[in-house]
Amino acid sequence: MKIQGSMARLLALLAASFAATVHADINVGVTLSATGPAASLGIPEKNSVALLPTTIAGQKINYIVLDDASDTTTAVKNIRKLVTENKVDVVVGSTITPNSLAMIDVAAEAETPMIAMAAAARIIEPMDAKRHWVFKTPQNDAQMATAIVQHMSNQNVKTVAFIGFADAYGEGWWNEFSKIAEARKIQIVGNERFNRADTSVTGQVLKILAAKPDAVLIGGAGTPAALPQKSLKEKGYKGVIYQTHGVANADFLRICGKDCEGTFLPAGPVLVAAQLPDGNPVKKAALEYVNKYEAAYGKGSVSTFGAHAWDAARLLTNAIPEALKKAQPGTREFRKALRDALEGTKNLSAAHGVFNMTASDHLGFDQRARVMVKIEGGNWKLVP
Amino acid sequence: MELQIALLLGQDGITNGAIYALLALALVLVFAVTRVIFIPQGEFVAFGALTLASLQAGKLPGTVWLLLCLGAAIAVLESLRAARERCFRQIPLILLINCAAPLLLAGVLVAFSPATLPLPVQVLLALMLVVPLGPMIYRLAYQPVADLTVLALLIVSVAVHVTLVGIGLLFFGAEGSRTPAFTDASFEIGDTVLQGQTILVLVASALLIVALYLFFERTIYGKALRATAMNRTGARLMGISGTLAGQLSFTLAAAIGALSGILISPLTTIYYDSGFLIGLKGFVGAIIGGLASYPVAAAGAVLVGLLESYSSFWASAFKEVIVFTLIIPVLLWRSLKTRHVEAE
Repeated sequence: MKIQGSMARLLALLAASFAATVHADINVGVTLSATGPAASLGIPEKNSVALLPTTIAGQKINYIVLDDASDTTTAVKNIRKLVTENKVDVVVGSTITPNSLAMIDVAAEAETPMIAMAAAARIIEPMDAKRHWVFKTPQNDAQMATAIVQHMSNQNVKTVAFIGFADAYGEGWWNEFSKIAEARKIQIVGNERFNRADTSVTGQVLKILAAKPDAVLIGGAGTPAALPQKSLKEKGYKGVIYQTHGVANADFLRICGKDCEGTFLPAGPVLVAAQLPDGNPVKKAALEYVNKYEAAYGKGSVSTFGAHAWDAARLLTNAIPEALKKAQPGTREFRKALRDALEGTKNLSAAHGVFNMTASDHLGFDQRARVMVKIEGGNWKLVP
Repeated sequence: MELQIALLLGQDGITNGAIYALLALALVLVFAVTRVIFIPQGEFVAFGALTLASLQAGKLPGTVWLLLCLGAAIAVLESLRAARERCFRQIPLILLINCAAPLLLAGVLVAFSPATLPLPVQVLLALMLVVPLGPMIYRLAYQPVADLTVLALLIVSVAVHVTLVGIGLLFFGAEGSRTPAFTDASFEIGDTVLQGQTILVLVASALLIVALYLFFERTIYGKALRATAMNRTGARLMGISGTLAGQLSFTLAAAIGALSGILISPLTTIYYDSGFLIGLKGFVGAIIGGLASYPVAAAGAVLVGLLESYSSFWASAFKEVIVFTLIIPVLLWRSLKTRHVEAE
């Protein structure tokens, strides 16, 4: 026992001297949903990670990318592996809300800052001892829902029906949207659900049509959200159709085709980066991302989801030099300093908006992080 | 509920039900002949639809690579077997079927740009790419373990399903595709509009069912399959090869799956993983038929389609719950009705 103890001490001493002589790299652990139901969000994120800077402030950055298959258990397994085996200084991920929520405990326990790329406000609210370590880059659902409701009142919409995914995404939107719409005196006349893999939504659409709403909000993500819209048009619906920012990729336009003309949706400004006015602080950062991504993966390949990963790296690029002043990478002190530096982010322009973090707000976006977009001629068009 | 809505829902339910019915028939067929609960049945639906979609988009469908790889694997296995049995003369034929034929097909796809070909040729090409995967998967995954218990075969099925879904994501990407309609015709009956595509699905399903019936009643191979389904040992004593029966039933299942996919892809967006849920609903139909009776399975599948359609109107959030809960009373009724037979 005694011999073992002294051996361990010796080893620790050796390791410590090793760390002191060789400058340690910064390890960034990434877990995202590149396969499974959320693959259409996770794949562009994974592609974006490949474009991230490999040195920050003269330090080499190692990205360790794991796939959690859109599965909560795997996400937790991944973050455990990242913090124990790879000894990462920060974790980026995961793509979807359930995974990110489950990862919070591990991040807090290991005292490792974590930057989530999932939307729900619950990931960073209410602020507590655990969420102290957690940040996120995508806009809150509430922020996007407010934009929709605002637009609806401006368009004089009195009645609205909702059809959303029968999962966390649809439920989340329903909760936020119904709350805000009620406050704004917009009457909700329908609330329907459908599944991502459904082959038909005729029943739901007929029920919505029977209620004769002025507008319909479709709370779905990616190409599956095109199905209710196509059915509504096929059955002759003439009102305004709203989608959520979950549909903002080129595949949605390809699938939906002419049935999506005139659809409104809120989105991160990166979606229409080139159309932003020159004075907009987001424009430069967003265009930089779009150009980099399209140079690597082809024209028209960019989507807003990958930009969340890009923005996570923007936060790190900004925070790491601060943290390096206080401690060496690979240590508990460095992780703590990095967390403090992230929380101190001020006026940082990124692809999706301008970050202004505080101790109670670990997202820090204002209304500059969202724009209303209209689908026109098979393209996204900024609504001024 | 107004009559018009009821009619529209009924039309929708029967269209989906027709597709489920086809899949239910395939599941019953495969189970009766090989005792395999064929979970990957749905993958053929997705592969058929997505292969056609990528042909139409002018891309080389990923299924070509799968076909080439599986063909090469079988060629190696079969050649080794032939060499062991000193039947060297079989080897050229083995190579011809498993390597040369897929290569030729791939060559045709590269030489002629499939996007410009007429639709029936595209459909034919898609079928030629997807259907051979059925017997190939049987040869590689099931034939070596054909004598195991139903449970072991089910586990193999789960493995094949998971593998195929993963391969589907690799080949076709996470986003779905929708193919253009075969026909734009639509008919007005009273207030309701009947889409040409809906009629096409119904007619094609009916024709397929009739063709299957004739195949089982009138052809020697069909009778051989029925004999194997009734009594495997007896059929073997009569000189019917169990391997051949297995491969034939998997070919039919793959063909039915791929055709269903091609029929349904103009009606909805198909994703690499859509097949599983569609197949599962066919499975509920097949369970209603006790995995044995073709007509009851088909009727059960249509019932599933109708139930799904009407419940999506009344309680859309609980649609899947309602559809899959149907299986419980059916199982209860079946277990009360039939005497318990010890599993093999």
